Amino acid sequence: METGLSVLIGLFFAVSVYLMLSRHLVRILLGIAILGNAVNLLIFTAGRLTREVPPLIPEHLYTLVTETANPLPQALVLTAIVISFSFFAFLLVLAFRAYQELGTDDANEMRVAEPEDDPLPPQGY
Amino acid sequence: MNTIIFRTIAPYLAALMILFSIFVLLRGHNEPGGGFIGGLIAASALAIYGIACGVTSVRRAIRVHPMSLAAFGLFIAALAGLPSLVLKQSYMTTQFVELHAFGTQIDLLTPMLFDLGVYFVVVGAISSIALALEERESD
Amino acid sequence: MAGSNAPHVDLSQAMTTAPVSAADWLIVAPSIITILGGTIALMARKNTDAQPKVAMLFLTLLVGANGALLLHVLQKGVVTMVMGNWLPPFGIAFTADALGASLSLIASIVAWCAGLYGAVTIDGTGRRYGFYPFLLLLMTGVSGAFLTGDIFNLYVWFEVLLISSYGLLVLGNDRIQLDGTVKYGILNLIGTNLFLIATGLLYGHFGTLNMADIAMKMRELEAGGSVGPLAAVAALYFLAFAMKAAAFPVNFWLPASYHTPNVAVSAVFAGLLTKVGVYALIRVFVLIMPGARDYFADLIAVVAILTMITGGLGALAQAEVRRVFGYLVIVGIGAMLAGIAVGSLQGVAGAIFYAIHSIIVMTALYLAAGIMQLMGGSTALRKLGGLYGANPYFAGVFLVLGFAVAGLPPFSGFWPKLMLVEASIDAGRTWVAFAILASGFLTTLAIGRVWIYSFWRGGPEGVADGCAPIRLAPAAELSSPALWVPLLLLTGLVIYLGLQPEALLQLVQRGAEGVIDPSAYIRSVFGEP
Repeated sequence: METGLSVLIGLFFAVSVYLMLSRHLVRILLGIAILGNAVNLLIFTAGRLTREVPPLIPEHLYTLVTETANPLPQALVLTAIVISFSFFAFLLVLAFRAYQELGTDDANEMRVAEPEDDPLPPQGY
Repeated sequence: MNTIIFRTIAPYLAALMILFSIFVLLRGHNEPGGGFIGGLIAASALAIYGIACGVTSVRRAIRVHPMSLAAFGLFIAALAGLPSLVLKQSYMTTQFVELHAFGTQIDLLTPMLFDLGVYFVVVGAISSIALALEERESD
Repeated sequence: MAGSNAPHVDLSQAMTTAPVSAADWLIVAPSIITILGGTIALMARKNTDAQPKVAMLFLTLLVGANGALLLHVLQKGVVTMVMGNWLPPFGIAFTADALGASLSLIASIVAWCAGLYGAVTIDGTGRRYGFYPFLLLLMTGVSGAFLTGDIFNLYVWFEVLLISSYGLLVLGNDRIQLDGTVKYGILNLIGTNLFLIATGLLYGHFGTLNMADIAMKMRELEAGGSVGPLAAVAALYFLAFAMKAAAFPVNFWLPASYHTPNVAVSAVFAGLLTKVGVYALIRVFVLIMPGARDYFADLIAVVAILTMITGGLGALAQAEVRRVFGYLVIVGIGAMLAGIAVGSLQGVAGAIFYAIHSIIVMTALYLAAGIMQLMGGSTALRKLGGLYGANPYFAGVFLVLGFAVAGLPPFSGFWPKLMLVEASIDAGRTWVAFAILASGFLTTLAIGRVWIYSFWRGGPEGVADGCAPIRLAPAAELSSPALWVPLLLLTGLVIYLGLQPEALLQLVQRGAEGVIDPSAYIRSVFGEP
């Protein structure tokens, strides 16, 4: 189970890196969304995968009796999902606004902040 | 989308969803549920109302700006950790009082206040994004 | 919930039973104050007149709380508070040591200055879009990051400060700001994702997220002689924090974005954001994984040298004042990385001192750039000129800041550079020492050119030198003390730290000792063994 998921995570990372290498903002954003999911899967897998054993401690005991999945990574993943969801929403709106204002979604052509024909600094003192 | 059936039913549907979201919020006390999922339900209620009756009427209906709602939620969530200062305990330590009313025992906990804060943060943040996107569609 | 049906549960197995003193609450006070202030300011967004007052009240409280916290830490040593009274490592720990508390104090002073400055330069639209709420929430993230003792919590604070910084960056909604924010936003988000990957792997290995706990287990592991797969985790951390700190070659987002927002925003960013990355590097590489630091020391040294030199050359190639300053931020990051690469007590202390110096001086320089823009109507070197004639005192202040950022005596930049050069020569890394000196030289050239072109010469390009200084129509804002008080306060700090560095030297020594030898840190979290 873990091996299969590891391969899937690797696949996710590969896809996201490939997409992020693109010059187009939409693809970069899709890459970021997939990257976020890859990370979440990674943390989830790190917490052991077992089926249908709730991590409950029986009464009068202090520790678990059987091996269960670790619930903490799932809490971490939940936090990370909420965060990456809100960031993705923000970046989507930002990319849309940038596309409206700049008229391009090509990273190479987004040169407003750093113009290509920037004048050289004055020489000499 | 904007059929007469949908427009007639949307206010009732939204009201029911808000009611259900409050139920889910309070249910999170001891069972699955809680502020986050409740907030999502409430936010989708507002989104449905917005699709049916227009964004302006939603903004009028909730009276305050959604971001202010989110800020209020964060505010009370931060406040929820403070009572333990008086009792010489760490921040966010659970405090509770047991009330006996209407013949049952009602526990009032600080995490409930925190959960209420989460509810408002989610309602405010999600609905402000949703409303902004719906507004863009219309123009 | 300890109801009446579970009397047999021994709570002391899971929870702290000792009372927590109110003084320990100072650890969480910075985060609580800024959250409360930020949300109040956000709720009062429409009331643009009341906003600066509310925000300044809470920022003053923040400075007070941080000052009290630093005093508390200096008296009591490292202090810890675990959220919800759970025992560590189960609860999320906030641990304040001399390093975190002093950086948090300086950060809050800088934010106070920028808040006051913003009362003049941020107009009603910017306030309605939420300058003050975002500033306060940014400080929530910054103080949380400096004071937390839990590595996943550190990630959460990083995200808090990141989302607030997005808000601040697009405040004006201009084309140039959208362009800058796209690059800043995407690259920083990738950086925090790398941080999360590394944290996930670290948790998979150790089963804990508490920094003191990891530091302890890491040292046991290293004593066994193997770093093993953790080298990969450390490499990911290094890449993630280097991106955050704007180290070469992953720093291109910084010069692309820092000159786009309002100067008050640029000033906070230049002062704080990159230093949080450096702080995280010190925390993770010196405190948590010293073995990995030794392993990567050569790489860090190379990155430090390249960061300093490329930063210096970049600053020389710019024709716009704020973009020059953006590269000067990068030069400073290189110097701090050099301290981490050396890794000795003096090296780390020098890096911390340099971080504090850089927070103050970079913020002050951006504030000065804003005033230059108001006086000269532009920040392009070709269009500036004759500012000395307009206000010689301001020219003097700028010269002080320029000397400080270049590391010339007798200002605050001199001492950390001296410590770093000495430490790197002691460690046999002469190339690092050479790069620190060379970058100081490049910085002097760049800042000297800014001073000569915008202050010393008679007027903008095309105006003959030596003729009567042109009379610039003074902007109405220039008479406002809220513009000058922050700049003069920070310049005063720069001069004071240059002339009287002993107190700060002791403080940074203590901070460096605290991260190099973590026993006090661990004891604070887990109690006496």
